[in-house]
Amino acid sequence: MTARDEILARLRTALADTPPAVPVPRRYRRVDDRPDLVEVLVDRLTDYRAVVHHGLDALPGLLGDVDRLAVPTDVPADWLTGYAGQVHRDAPPLSPADLDGMDAVLTGCAVAIADTGTIILDAGPAQGRRALTLVPDRHLCVVRTDQVVGLLPEALTRLDPRAPLTLISGPSATSDIELNRVEGVHGPRRLEVVLVSSAR
Amino acid sequence: MRIALFITCVNDLAYPATGIAVTRILRRLGHTVDFPTAQTCCGQMHANTGYRAEALPMVRGYVEVFDEYDAVVAPSGSCTAMIREQYPRLHPPATSVAARTYELSELLVDVLGVTDVGAEFAETVTYHPTCHGLRMLRLGDRPLSLLRQVRKINLVELGDAEECCGFGGTFALKNPDVSTAMLTDKCARVRETGARVLAAADNSCLAHIGGGLDRHRSGVRAVHYAEILAETGAGS
Amino acid sequence: MNRPVAPATGGGRIRTPLPFPTAARPAVADRQLRANLHRATRTIRDKRARVVDEVPDWEALRDAGSAIKADVQRRLPELLEQFEASATAAGATVHWARDAAEACRIVVDLTRAAGADEVVKVKSMATQEIELNEALEAAGIAAYETDLAELIVQLGEDTPSHILVPAIHYNRAQIREIFQRRMPDAPADLTDEPSALAEAARVHLRRRFLSARVAVSGANFAIADTGTLVVVESEGNGRMCLTLPETLISVVGVEKLLPTFGDLEVFLQLLPRSSTGERMNPYTSMWTGVTPGDGPRSVHVVLVDNGRSAVLADPVGRPALSCIRCSACLNVCPVYERAGGHAYGSVYPGPIGAILSPQLTGVADNASLPYASTLCGACYDVCPVKIDIPEILVHLRQQAPHPPVERAAMRVLSWVMRSPRRWAAALRLMRVGAAPLGAYRERRTGARTLRRLPWPMSGWTRSRDLPLPAPQTFRDWWGKQ
Repeated sequence: MTARDEILARLRTALADTPPAVPVPRRYRRVDDRPDLVEVLVDRLTDYRAVVHHGLDALPGLLGDVDRLAVPTDVPADWLTGYAGQVHRDAPPLSPADLDGMDAVLTGCAVAIADTGTIILDAGPAQGRRALTLVPDRHLCVVRTDQVVGLLPEALTRLDPRAPLTLISGPSATSDIELNRVEGVHGPRRLEVVLVSSAR
Repeated sequence: MRIALFITCVNDLAYPATGIAVTRILRRLGHTVDFPTAQTCCGQMHANTGYRAEALPMVRGYVEVFDEYDAVVAPSGSCTAMIREQYPRLHPPATSVAARTYELSELLVDVLGVTDVGAEFAETVTYHPTCHGLRMLRLGDRPLSLLRQVRKINLVELGDAEECCGFGGTFALKNPDVSTAMLTDKCARVRETGARVLAAADNSCLAHIGGGLDRHRSGVRAVHYAEILAETGAGS
Repeated sequence: MNRPVAPATGGGRIRTPLPFPTAARPAVADRQLRANLHRATRTIRDKRARVVDEVPDWEALRDAGSAIKADVQRRLPELLEQFEASATAAGATVHWARDAAEACRIVVDLTRAAGADEVVKVKSMATQEIELNEALEAAGIAAYETDLAELIVQLGEDTPSHILVPAIHYNRAQIREIFQRRMPDAPADLTDEPSALAEAARVHLRRRFLSARVAVSGANFAIADTGTLVVVESEGNGRMCLTLPETLISVVGVEKLLPTFGDLEVFLQLLPRSSTGERMNPYTSMWTGVTPGDGPRSVHVVLVDNGRSAVLADPVGRPALSCIRCSACLNVCPVYERAGGHAYGSVYPGPIGAILSPQLTGVADNASLPYASTLCGACYDVCPVKIDIPEILVHLRQQAPHPPVERAAMRVLSWVMRSPRRWAAALRLMRVGAAPLGAYRERRTGARTLRRLPWPMSGWTRSRDLPLPAPQTFRDWWGKQ
């Protein structure tokens, strides 16, 4: 008997009491339609030590001290307007060592959750593959206001589960020393969000 | 309404004053209390230590003795919790009387609708919410709401009040080191309040904390809150 | 049809080598340990309470989480088959392991097949449970823990003492000392500032992340309908391991399944707030098989039983499989706070460990653990999936082997108490028997209490006085009216 068959048989035996069906009560909130979701997002991002900027106009200033900038292959051209440093597109794919030598990475995102201050990447437009936003020490992420939802349940409905997904809430952090949170371990130690009105 | 008193085994043997107090409070409020002498023990120690089979005769006995009453009052949070939470599972015919069994503050506040029982007690008192009363019966504010109405009482808040004192029935015997460490912290919090009286809804927990306070000659008296509610300031 | 296959108990680091009271004794006496645990558990308790209080639908989320997990347990065989099919279709290879040894063997073989002699590891309870690091080492493969707390424990040649923060028993000064002693690239002027310690770990592991070829992880959730695995973390070490190496091996207990991707909307709200006390943990990674051009090219999932079928077989104890390893029950437990995690012997300490470990091994092999609780109920109140831990503890105490003296005493007491006549006689006997002693003690000390008694009551009188029977019982008073 294979391990698979044996385990499945054990589990079936274990359920010999045929437990009754369990209705799942889903009385929790799925949508938060507060009008000030963007303000909530800013509050929560800031609370977890992400830095928030407003408008694409902020980008050149933010990138002023960045010599080497990694970007996904499909980065929108207007994000780089006024940037004078080296742009490293991820094609052909940058090696881990190359990525480690970057000063920053600039991407977009798929969805942002106001309630938790979370940005979600799904390898979709302007996001690139996962390593791109992981190895550089500084991540600048452009979030359009129409990408902001209130709560996690709403965000998940916008995602394709089969895409590689990364939920990011603030810069890398640890609570492993005396259960106190300190920012900055292996992931990007600086997370900066550039909020862009989708009305543009 | 026919109210029966379930005194509990520990109270019958070692804390008769608590039962006397409950009787006096209810009589003062104009109620008749019955004490069926065929009662013994709820079986909690047996059931919680791993001897459910040995507890079952007591569960059956409880139903026989108390099923005829409209309400049963027990001056113990953990015995009431045993009856209300475990009886229906252990012995389904106990479901009905279990639902009519109340801890004293539930009977006074929810069933009889009183918080002022006409008591007077000129002491500084702190209150420890015992675990089964707090988290199984969800007594919440009821005992304190009764104590707040006592004239001349000076109620002071206990730090880390909701933390267990380390008694846990046979836990205190089986795990003496951890139990003692918890007790030491609980006694320290009690002494920090400056209270002269520690009140709670369970004499077993009080025996534990009081035993620790006595050991250190703290001068703090541990009493069931019923005994405070029974005081009228006229001398007993 | 074959005869039914019986559920089986498991092996690995889930057995107490010493009874809990014995193991707890030195821990309780260790003032530094007590202070570290006190500080850390209080910090996390308060943080959790704050972020849970701000969620208006917390109870609704708990109800949903509890029900989804009960549904998973009921449908576990079919959901596992569904997961296997979905993950396989997405390019993953699914392996099955009956027990700890088989799971270790699979990981060793996969690592060797990838031509690697080292692996980087994401913090995982399952791999701690099966003692994977030891198995890898025996096979000549170096395993590098990358979670900060796991790294501390590994460098300190210690074992984890907490589910979420395995190094919770160390304070910052002790961690600095371990780093200076065991981390060759630690700066000479390393301070005990947490940020400096985190920086030292970053530097220490950076090169290893960038060059690793094989990573080993666990998973917080495995999604049946999509074949997706989910890892919830904070530091980014998880993302490094899940993204950079060519080969990824995830060791997953069979109970980790969720029926649908949508069910994550409940658990990704419950878990971070319950564990680290954050609205959301910094990083959550989800992957489904292989994504060309993004992340590992070879993705393996090892589904492990190791005693879980035995837990499932007990309808009362079964909800222990709902545990999402948040640690909230450890952080509020007054027993855990005094005894620390090592006293529980198993990788699963605290209240959840006290019900899970004995069920994984069979109660006889962990007989002291169901008694390592006062049944105060604080664990049940904070459990995000509403596992009634006190109820299961009491249930397991019925199965535990009982000491003969205790059993005899309990039987006698039950025989007395089941009869109103015998009980009344016993009360009279105790009152009369204790009367001279009570009167003597009252004259001597002003109180009817005892200060010293022989075993088994010595456990009580070591730190508390014991009240003697009253001069008249309540029923005496009642009878005189």
